[in-house]
Amino acid sequence: MHSDKAPWGLRLAAWGGLLFLHFPILIILLYAFNTEDAAFSFPPRGLTLKWFTVALARPDVLDAISLSLQVACLATLIALVLGTLASAALYRRSFLGKESLSLVLILPIALPGIITGIALLSAFRSLGIEPGVFTIVVGHATFCVVIVYNNVIARLRRTSQSLIEASMDLGADGWQTFRYIILPNLGSALLAGGMLAFALSFDEIIVTTFTAGHERTLPIWLLNQLSRPRDVPVTNVVAMLVMLVTMLPILGAYYLTRGGDAVAGSGK
Amino acid sequence: MPLAVQFTQVSRTFGEVKAVDQVSIDIAEGEFFSLLGPSGSGKTTCLRLIAGFEQPSSGSIRIHGLEAAGVPPYQRDVNTVFQDYALFPHMNVLDNVAYGLKVKGTPKAERHSRAENALAMVALAGYGARKPAQLSGGQRQRVALARALVNRPRVLLLDEPLGALDLKLREQMQVELKNLQRQLGITFVFVTHDQTEALSMSDRVAVFNRGRIEQVDTPRNLYLNPATPFVASFVGTSNVVRGALAEALSGSPAPFSIRPEHIRLGAAGPDSRHVQVEGLLRDIQYQGSATRFEVQLDSGQLLAVSQANDSWQAMPQAWQPGQRVQAHWPQEAMTQLQDTEAY
Repeated sequence: MHSDKAPWGLRLAAWGGLLFLHFPILIILLYAFNTEDAAFSFPPRGLTLKWFTVALARPDVLDAISLSLQVACLATLIALVLGTLASAALYRRSFLGKESLSLVLILPIALPGIITGIALLSAFRSLGIEPGVFTIVVGHATFCVVIVYNNVIARLRRTSQSLIEASMDLGADGWQTFRYIILPNLGSALLAGGMLAFALSFDEIIVTTFTAGHERTLPIWLLNQLSRPRDVPVTNVVAMLVMLVTMLPILGAYYLTRGGDAVAGSGK
Repeated sequence: MPLAVQFTQVSRTFGEVKAVDQVSIDIAEGEFFSLLGPSGSGKTTCLRLIAGFEQPSSGSIRIHGLEAAGVPPYQRDVNTVFQDYALFPHMNVLDNVAYGLKVKGTPKAERHSRAENALAMVALAGYGARKPAQLSGGQRQRVALARALVNRPRVLLLDEPLGALDLKLREQMQVELKNLQRQLGITFVFVTHDQTEALSMSDRVAVFNRGRIEQVDTPRNLYLNPATPFVASFVGTSNVVRGALAEALSGSPAPFSIRPEHIRLGAAGPDSRHVQVEGLLRDIQYQGSATRFEVQLDSGQLLAVSQANDSWQAMPQAWQPGQRVQAHWPQEAMTQLQDTEAY
């Protein structure tokens, strides 16, 4: 029988695990409001919002934020287009080399970021492309495409084939069927895939280190802050911001794809 | 009579499997034509060949005299009612019905009024704003019908459209579909595995078995003169007698079919030309309008006999299981069959 209450040992272990996972994050959140600027005492002597004003007044912080947003938006856009096209090509037809092609598509997310980064850097060098915003975007797009591809192909597989046939039967050509039937059914999968891709790109650091050149995205800025102890409260504020920007889309994507079953194939 | 759909020696193979094997059919304009067979017999593949979702591996299909090969589904003057209805879940009922008009560029006002009319025709006026998920199975089925009919196709294809409905609703829809077809004069091609449904609605029925057509005929002829053992046992129930017993009873070595309701229990009159047999009464089943007897002849052959309970009085039961009985039927009631495998 299933009992409502777990044994206290298990509950203690579960809470312990959660605390272990999230304690460092809680510390960062807490010290973003700390009144001291260098030596930290626990518990904090007082709480203040002044670091938010300080952080938002610094041009290097603002530049890094705006670059990261720019890169994430571009990478997401590329991923949405390429990921959708790739999944549309691969979900139904079988052709020679299909399996290896889908493996190659998914590979960037399985490869260690450091490999992707080195590979991209040497590729850009041999092509004579200067590292900059463009190379960061391309680097991020390699794994963002996979996220969109996985989301879209899962939705396509769940979409009843007879909906597409019904559309063709009623006189719609391929483009009209895509526009009126397939795309609306993909809507939430695209949104979810896009949000996840955005979140991944926004806090990516390993691939970015190799492809950024002199540009500084927010995660790189944060990494550089480690050598400046006097700025720690500002760093905490920025870290909190990164957390919010990446966490909210992931939560959103989770809720969007969760209800996806009701969308497709409700004819049965 | 002009032909709506014509199959000439059409085959469709999937790898090694012959889903449709050398099928030739002529479907006349305005006909209610059924494709009847067990699942996997090729009837749905034939329907999909007409709709254009499948291409024949060999043979030719003509729709209203025009070769259909290479014509995509959206350029064919046929519409389909799908087995799972395939209503677009993200559109309301009115937009579902108006979809075919929309993609053909019909102005909004006209397509909405035509869609409303089509909904009224299937008794769903006022349901336009609902989503498919808010409808019952029977209502979805009607929406699917309206969505196909609003395009005024010359041929309507129906893929087991009543399969998901309960019995009462199914019988009601059978009558409505038949009336609709008479009223509109459109050719209906109706796929079903339910022989009662096929018999009661169709002008003609093609019986499918393993990708081939066993017989194409009117319901009455199909029932009274089945051509093969398969048709005899798939359409209604029948006793198929083969071999030495067939030769002894009918004078010909070919198998023959005798319907249970054409057999009488008891002794035939002395002057009649009836076939007379004798055996052990194994079982009696009272079924309301009829009583069913199972007689085992001395050769081992089982014979199903059905007698109508057509008197309102409760008749005294004249037979008991385990006793020996005689049974007889008129010579003419036997139908000689082609010597093929039974179902």
